[in-house]
Amino acid sequence: MSRNLGILTAPIWKENPIFFHVLGVCSALAVTTRVSNALVMGAAVMVTAVATGGFVSLLRPVVHRSVRLLVEMLVIATFVILFDVFLKAFAYPMSRQLGPYVGLIVTNCILLGRAEAFALKNPVWPSMLDGLGSGLGYSWVLVAVAVFREALGAGTLLGFRVLPDGAQPAQAIFLPPGAFFLMGIFVWVLYEVRRRSR
Amino acid sequence: MSTLEISPLTILIAAIFTNNILLSHYLGMCSFIALSRRLDTAVGMGLAVTFVSTFTTGLNWLIYRFVLAKGALSWLPGGVGDSVQLEVFTLIVFIAVIAAFVQVVEMALERYSPAMYQALGIFLPLITVNCAILGVSLFMVIRNYGFLQSLAFGFGSGLGWLLAILLMAGLRRRLRFSTVPRGLEGLGITLIVTGIMAMAFMAFNGMVRIQ
Repeated sequence: MSRNLGILTAPIWKENPIFFHVLGVCSALAVTTRVSNALVMGAAVMVTAVATGGFVSLLRPVVHRSVRLLVEMLVIATFVILFDVFLKAFAYPMSRQLGPYVGLIVTNCILLGRAEAFALKNPVWPSMLDGLGSGLGYSWVLVAVAVFREALGAGTLLGFRVLPDGAQPAQAIFLPPGAFFLMGIFVWVLYEVRRRSR
Repeated sequence: MSTLEISPLTILIAAIFTNNILLSHYLGMCSFIALSRRLDTAVGMGLAVTFVSTFTTGLNWLIYRFVLAKGALSWLPGGVGDSVQLEVFTLIVFIAVIAAFVQVVEMALERYSPAMYQALGIFLPLITVNCAILGVSLFMVIRNYGFLQSLAFGFGSGLGWLLAILLMAGLRRRLRFSTVPRGLEGLGITLIVTGIMAMAFMAFNGMVRIQ
């Protein structure tokens, strides 16, 4: 049991996919202009990561090594499409806002990386937990970055105003340089924290 | 102005400078960070991305237009095409096309040009999961580009990515001799330098505009 707990919690901090493996940085920069976008994107990665982890692990006995990459890609793409279609059907405005970035989860290295590194070698249940952990590790970073960007750039959080009246939001944080700088500072803080805690 | 009226040349220039796939759409970051450490790997990967993105965008456009898009199959006899909806499969088909193209190119290079294969071979498999390539194809569908526009967009995006990673590799070579705060080493400083680069590229904004 404690092993499973370790599998679930490792990617959240110690093995965080974005910071310490530099996977999935693209979407972390692209969709973090609004907290709501970050939440949906995080959910998307979490759901697809759990599903792919479980499914790839389930397919282990029948898939030959030589075609495993192909199979993994197909599994990932299938789940991403399912989520994309679900979003289009039930939250169309959100789907428009996220644009191609939901589809781009297919090439999000977190999913393929975890499938290759973990799900191929482990039973179904731990693989799903690993997917969930990776999804969580990815999501909290996304949401944390989005909190800063939305609060500073639009003065709101999830649409509610948080900046005091009269304070001018700095829209520059929505522009690409703002995203890169903020992410850089985030990385700096987290690396320092990790270094000190050792 | 509707999308169809934009000249391919405008799209080409915009894709390199004002709407750079990496600096304004954040695509292809993983390989950008990993491979900008050395100049020669940066050049190799940049060239490979340019080549693959140009051709797969063209291929994907043809497949989307004549097979996948809504009503694209109406050329089939007997009205079969009208009842078939393949748009859902866009993502899976695009990825498959990219993977297959990369595979074919790799085999062709290995067979006919070992020198090129030596230089670019190791980068080709990485490209399948480079989000810039898939991103270009997805943007092409969203923005409703025509065939020539798509080719220009694919080529321009590749060149833009090449330019960005080249600049970054040059900068990182110099960075090696400067003292960076410990926590910023590696990923942190690369992101911040990319931010400064993105800022510099924003100066091109008035030049052309596509979206």
